[in-house]
Amino acid sequence: MTSKKIVLHFPQRLVDQPIVYKLVKEFDLQFNILKASVTPQEEGLMVLELVGKKENFDKGVEYLKSCGVKIEPLSKDVVRDEHKCTSCGVCVPVCPTGALSVDTKSRKINFDNKKCIACEICVKICPPRAMEVRF
Amino acid sequence: MRTIKEINEKIKKGEVVVVTAEEVIDIVKDKGAKRAAQEIDVVTTGTFGPMCSSGAYFNIGHSKPRIKLGGGVCTFNGIPLYTGFAAVDVFLGATAIADDDPRNKIFPGEFKYGGGHVIQELVAGKNIKLEGTAYGTDCYPAKKIQATINIKDLNEAVLFNFRNCYQNYNVAVNLSDKAIYTYMGMLKPNLGNANYCSAGQLSPLLKDPDYRTIGVGTKIFLGGGIGYVAWQGTQHNPSVKRKANGIPQAPAGTIAVIGDLKQMKPEWLVGVSMLGYGVTLSVGIGVPIPILDEEILKSAAVCDEEIYTQIVDYSHAYPHCVPGSLGEVNYAQLKTGKIIVKDKEVPTGSLSSYSKACEIAGELKAWIKKGDFLLTEPVEKLPNAASGYTFKPLKEGPSIS
Repeated sequence: MTSKKIVLHFPQRLVDQPIVYKLVKEFDLQFNILKASVTPQEEGLMVLELVGKKENFDKGVEYLKSCGVKIEPLSKDVVRDEHKCTSCGVCVPVCPTGALSVDTKSRKINFDNKKCIACEICVKICPPRAMEVRF
Repeated sequence: MRTIKEINEKIKKGEVVVVTAEEVIDIVKDKGAKRAAQEIDVVTTGTFGPMCSSGAYFNIGHSKPRIKLGGGVCTFNGIPLYTGFAAVDVFLGATAIADDDPRNKIFPGEFKYGGGHVIQELVAGKNIKLEGTAYGTDCYPAKKIQATINIKDLNEAVLFNFRNCYQNYNVAVNLSDKAIYTYMGMLKPNLGNANYCSAGQLSPLLKDPDYRTIGVGTKIFLGGGIGYVAWQGTQHNPSVKRKANGIPQAPAGTIAVIGDLKQMKPEWLVGVSMLGYGVTLSVGIGVPIPILDEEILKSAAVCDEEIYTQIVDYSHAYPHCVPGSLGEVNYAQLKTGKIIVKDKEVPTGSLSSYSKACEIAGELKAWIKKGDFLLTEPVEKLPNAASGYTFKPLKEGPSIS
């Protein structure tokens, strides 16, 4: 199984096409939309997590490219410097996906990278600046 | 029941019974206050959070030829220090920033580096670039110095924080329709989040609410080393409203603390940046509470459910000094991750690290058990609620000409 987060840029003409539907139907890929900005008459942007068999994943990506969708890996990844984090928790209520949460027992702050959509809000508001963007 | 002297004898013999301010809660629930007070000698508290009125003074030693920095300019890694003392005594404040820092010009400013960070780097043993300029005198002719300094080479390096360890603190929210950037963190519009800043049931002054044992001269855990309570802190305000258990319901007492910076550790003095607000220093403090009688034990065993604080709007009420509260919550409610404000469920965030506070209380407990840390008798009490000591606003008006 392959699981990758990718960024799709749609040209204007593809915005009203059921592209994601085809990924599911024809390539048996699971998808999770992490971020989407698709407005008629404008270039669309979508951040997708695609999960499926390696060969299906590759075929799906080929299909997207053949349609004229520009694909980039979600190259920005937010990581936490464990030495800098003081586990205060000021990041928790501003994280939109619950990737940052409080362990109710130890009161330490957990960071679940899988839930992170790299919105970067935590990066700037973290007092000891423990959250970093990696490219 | 027992005296500090007797407790110290037990510490020396290795017979002392020490528990943390968190552990004592369940012990009292199990055994009752009377029996617990007979058994427990010391309760250790802890707190770790941003404390802006922190700083350190240094004597950097004399250059050849001598320079009089007093009345001149001195910077550490570009961060200006206060020089209004003798020739080579300088004071670095936690919130100091470089003259060329962009501040809030592009809002919200990032405040990446300042006094708090320099203090942390010094404590970590890093080399720091010192630059100084002066006007020159007959006895201090040099007008300029440059040096690379290291904490181990300085004559004195002393942490001296004149307001730390707030006894309780506001919960900050934002009633306006745009995000605001405060010393309580970023507050999302329309009650988007509620930020608090206290270790609650572990916080030193909340566990000795009437300052019966914590006073001038009390020996404490400070920044990973040993420090002392030097005085009541600035803005000390013991007369705020209190619950029947004696716990203040709003920010109340504070302490000024002092200690040798050279023996402190960078994990307990952390330079932090508050987006759109400024730089500060997160300080780790732990205070031992000697259990001299049952009343002291009962106060030390107060839990989060019994400690209440006020919800304050930081978009208007706080900046304009409008009194009032949007409601009262306790720390157990805050720690569930959400509270109700104006009928809305609001997620909570903390600026004070409870897990670090726990570690501090545990570390201090270990020091006492090992016999490394004896308790001190306070030489003077802090002004309590009965003292009439208050926190006054500025009387504004034209300056005298």
